[in-house]
Amino acid sequence: MTLKTFGLDQFGFLLFSLQWTLVLTVIALIGGGLLGFAVALARTAQLKPVRIAAASYIQIIQGIPVLMILFLSYYGLSLAGFELPPLIAAGASMTIYASGYLAEIWRGCIQAVPKQQWEASESLAMTRLQQYRYVILPQAIRISLPPTVGFAVQVVKNTSITSIIGFVELARAGQLINNATFQPFRVFLAVAALYFVVCYPLSQLSRLLERRLHVGSSR
Amino acid sequence: MSEVVVENVHKSFGALEVLKGVSLTVGRGEVFALIGRSGSGKSTLLRCMNGLEKINSGRIEIAGHALGEDAKALRKLRTDVGIVFQSYNLFPHLTVGENIMLAPRIVKDVAKTKAKEVAREVLQLVGLSEKFDSYPDQLSGGQQQRVAIARSLAMRPKVMLFDEVTSALDPELTEEVLMVMEQLARDGMTMILVTHEMGFARRVATQTIFMHKGKIWEQGSSAALFANPQTPELRQFVKSDVK
Ligand SMILES: Nc1ncnc2c1ncn2[C@@H]1O[C@H](COP(=O)(O)OP(=O)(O)OP(=O)(O)O)[C@@H](O)[C@H]1O
Ligand SMILES: [Mg+2]
Repeated sequence: MTLKTFGLDQFGFLLFSLQWTLVLTVIALIGGGLLGFAVALARTAQLKPVRIAAASYIQIIQGIPVLMILFLSYYGLSLAGFELPPLIAAGASMTIYASGYLAEIWRGCIQAVPKQQWEASESLAMTRLQQYRYVILPQAIRISLPPTVGFAVQVVKNTSITSIIGFVELARAGQLINNATFQPFRVFLAVAALYFVVCYPLSQLSRLLERRLHVGSSR
Repeated sequence: MSEVVVENVHKSFGALEVLKGVSLTVGRGEVFALIGRSGSGKSTLLRCMNGLEKINSGRIEIAGHALGEDAKALRKLRTDVGIVFQSYNLFPHLTVGENIMLAPRIVKDVAKTKAKEVAREVLQLVGLSEKFDSYPDQLSGGQQQRVAIARSLAMRPKVMLFDEVTSALDPELTEEVLMVMEQLARDGMTMILVTHEMGFARRVATQTIFMHKGKIWEQGSSAALFANPQTPELRQFVKSDVK
């Protein structure tokens, strides 16, 4: 086998694999967003058992490494007889990971809405659902934008963990090319640059949103 | 015809008993002022009246509704009982018009055109017609408080509760809010107001209640109560207030 050098073809492969990093990120944010939203609501529910269950979920997810979630869903489930394709296992574990963190971020945002807003809307005879829908969530969502976008940056970077189960995203593609070229410095510099190109604008967006929220009006 | 009946109400926060058997009756169209030292339980009493705080024992009937456990019945009661707080509590993400129309639209299913009509009417009542499309943070404190009053009025309440609604305002702004409340009183609204504005209580309230240590310490027609306090506590309170 002849050694290749890191050239356009290889860079093209990295770009192609970057797509899978992004796909995984989107899956994690949508899946984790839906699940995390439900958990955040449960975390602020009136029934104490519901709150405790949600808090436990968050504690557990945040208390174990993403890698373990990944191994559990990939090897664990295959031991139990389910043969999961890497994309499903990767998507599922990133979803679970994101849900635990988004739930906690959003719980904070819901609770950041002053309790007088609850009292005023309650006094106007709104149901709990109406309070969330028309008064609390619109304000909480505004507050949540900067930390949520900030967390998306973490997700982009953490998808690299799924390379361990053989899912070919950007980091895994870098390893494969390095195995063929033995030019680790060039290869991983290119990989790092690609992560940066995705993450940097997101970080900036998060900062911009935060400034916009702090300066000026409450709209 | 009594619009508000409070009977032997007790309320504790943990070990702290804040209301120690409070009873009062407010007739339709009457205006009651609640005065008393900080911590005497005025806000708590008011908040019990629309179920924001649960009472430990006693009975409350207001605008024809008995206060109870049932959530639906409680919401029914709240459509007839408006409350305005010291801190305005307007919804900051909605315009003035939207703030006022929201509850009639979603709670009482009022049609949009009708809700808008009502909003314009109550805004005119508080003298802020031109602020329909403004956001709360574009208004002064006094204007925000008048919008909060308008927002309550849009529900067509039978009883209005006011908890120190001018305490956060400068004197000039206080005046514009008090004028709105005085107008409401003249129009026959049944009102209970916690206030530190003794002059206003004397002028507008038919009855004044002096609360002390979780009890109604003294009660009477405002004129008599202020002119001739019976208890040393009230005498002390009235004296210390004349600054
Ligand atoms: N949610 C609560 N939990 C515990 N204690 C409370 C709560 N709300 C009020 N209290 C206590 O109950 C007592 C009465 O409070 P309340 O707010 O009714 O007094 P107030 O007469 O309205 O006083 P102020 O003039 O300062 O508004 C105070 O000692 C207060 O600390
Ligand atoms: Mg008070």
